Amino acid sequence: MTKTQTLKQGDIPANMGRRDFIVVASYAMAGIGLASVAWPLIDQMNPAADTLALASIEVDISKIEVGQAITVKWRGKPVFIRHRSETEITSAQSVQLSDLKDPQTDDERVTNPQFLVMIGVCTHLGCVPLGQKTGDVKGEYDGWFCPCHGSHYDSSGRIRKGPAPLNLEIPPYQFASDAVIKIG
Amino acid sequence: MSADKFSNPVVRWVDHRLPIFTFMDHELNEYPTPKNLNYFWNFGSLAGISLVIMIVTGIVLAMSYTPHVDYAFQSVERIMRDVNHGWLIRYIHMNGASFFFIVVFIHIFRGLYYGSYKAPRELLWILGVLILLLMMATAFMGYVLPWGQMSFWGATVITNLFSAIPLVGDSIVTLLWGGFSVDNPTLNRFFALHYLMPFLIVGVVILHLVALHRFGSNNPIGIDPSGPQDTVPFHPYYTIKDFFGLSIFLSLFAATIFFFPNFMGHPDNYIPANPMQTPAHIVPEWYFLPFYAILRAVPDKLGGVLAMFGAIAVLFILPWLDRSPIRSGNFRPIFRIFFWVFVADCIALGYLGGMPAEGIYVVLSRVATAWYFLHFLAILPLLSVIETPRPLPQSLSKSVLGGTALAGAASAVKEKV
Ligand code: HEM
Ligand code: FES
Repeated sequence: MTKTQTLKQGDIPANMGRRDFIVVASYAMAGIGLASVAWPLIDQMNPAADTLALASIEVDISKIEVGQAITVKWRGKPVFIRHRSETEITSAQSVQLSDLKDPQTDDERVTNPQFLVMIGVCTHLGCVPLGQKTGDVKGEYDGWFCPCHGSHYDSSGRIRKGPAPLNLEIPPYQFASDAVIKIG
Repeated sequence: MSADKFSNPVVRWVDHRLPIFTFMDHELNEYPTPKNLNYFWNFGSLAGISLVIMIVTGIVLAMSYTPHVDYAFQSVERIMRDVNHGWLIRYIHMNGASFFFIVVFIHIFRGLYYGSYKAPRELLWILGVLILLLMMATAFMGYVLPWGQMSFWGATVITNLFSAIPLVGDSIVTLLWGGFSVDNPTLNRFFALHYLMPFLIVGVVILHLVALHRFGSNNPIGIDPSGPQDTVPFHPYYTIKDFFGLSIFLSLFAATIFFFPNFMGHPDNYIPANPMQTPAHIVPEWYFLPFYAILRAVPDKLGGVLAMFGAIAVLFILPWLDRSPIRSGNFRPIFRIFFWVFVADCIALGYLGGMPAEGIYVVLSRVATAWYFLHFLAILPLLSVIETPRPLPQSLSKSVLGGTALAGAASAVKEKV
């Protein structure tokens, strides 16, 4: 017969460490189990496969006059395409990087300096800035102005004043030909 | 509370097995309530009734509403024009949200003035603030459903608040949207959540009431009832008072629904959502304006978001910021002044939140925001140390019946009334 321990109240059994381990291990397993069940329930909220598959678009830019702009829709968001004038280009290029909140040269933001392509969504809280139409308020830096909380962007779409932290985002795009760009 | 209390044998049979009638009798009938409650104590029951009104009208609206970007706006217009009584049901639900917030704001300021957040009611208060947060989330998502311009841009701006969180912000926003912008998946899930959350609120309200009934209501002079002579049974004394208040509330509510149903709304929400164009001046619903003003007052994205959520977070720790042992503002001469300044500050924030973010409005919003936080973080802690309170009455009865009344006289008066 094996020896059995009789425990009195308050005694600590010799194998207590092992029991603690078993308890902790089973809690941990239950935790992992719960988390792995919870994950699909949360991740289903992320973009579905067909939403992600939303393909690229092609835009004909040959009809945009100098100084004019068009807005196209890509992934549910407005994309601004502006045919910039010489003055706009020079003023965008002559800005000191030290004056910028989110320093970026104009060159880094364009493929062809004449066409500025960017997502028309204010980096503050997502409104669509004004400045696309002739007659729109363009803000203090002659670019775009977001009326929601007063962010001013320059003619390169860089944030100059107001609560927005970043420059207007540049979408992935390339020139399919001189007249057509492919966004996405 | 033996079962014999009920004369109806069926009630007795049920109550013996499931003491639901005993429970109701205990909590709604004989429940001892301070006898000096004023009309500010009506707003808790009004809040509860508002919640019921919202749930009932919401469920019937859902029977005709379509949560899809191509149909949502039209389905709401169809409710307004073609569904039998649809206009009435929608106007009740739409204005009901505003009235719910009016009632809850008054309820909260009542608590702030009379010190109802102090021991032993800290958890009761915290549950209340939680209800406020849930209400705000529910109202926000509900406002998105008609899919007008304000719906869309409100949803865009508010979900973008989360992008201010360092590192994970953008992934959270994508998770909320289910896409790359506010779109059909967003509308769908907001509908699902807008349906769910009021029932969560019901759950927290039940906890709120359990906590309330643990120590009973606070009262305008803030001292505890010293015995049965200081309380009256809830029924009929406060049921009738609550019904009287309810009748006034419903009259105002009905007048708004029938004569100015769109007074508290924004006309731009009758323009279908257009993701390519933001309206020139976007504003949230009026009950969010003070918080919106705080958001815009801070010239930094993350800072603004933190300040806005901080404005609610500070309410959670209020019981530990105001250490004065005196509950009621009636006996705190300096607190009382600052209380009214604070009320004015909140109203000013609400006004500023509706104004464009430029010029003098920005400066004033900053001052008002700074004051909001100063009030909680500096003035209240300081007052608890330096203020000399006025002497408290010896008992509730004395305060009601004048200095010299004896317990016997009190009951004599009660009989006359
Ligand atoms: C759906 C929302 C709410 C409902 C249905 C509700 C319901 C009630 C009811 C019926 C009472 C008792 C009667 C009365 O004092 O008028 C009460 C008391 C109280 N509530 Fe609420 N409440 C809600 C929201 C809140 C919020 C948002 C807060 C605070 C932030 C809050 C704080 C309190 C406090 C501190 C008391 C105790 C007050 C006292 O007895 O002096 N409640 N609530
Ligand atoms: S969203 Fe553009 S400034 Fe706030």
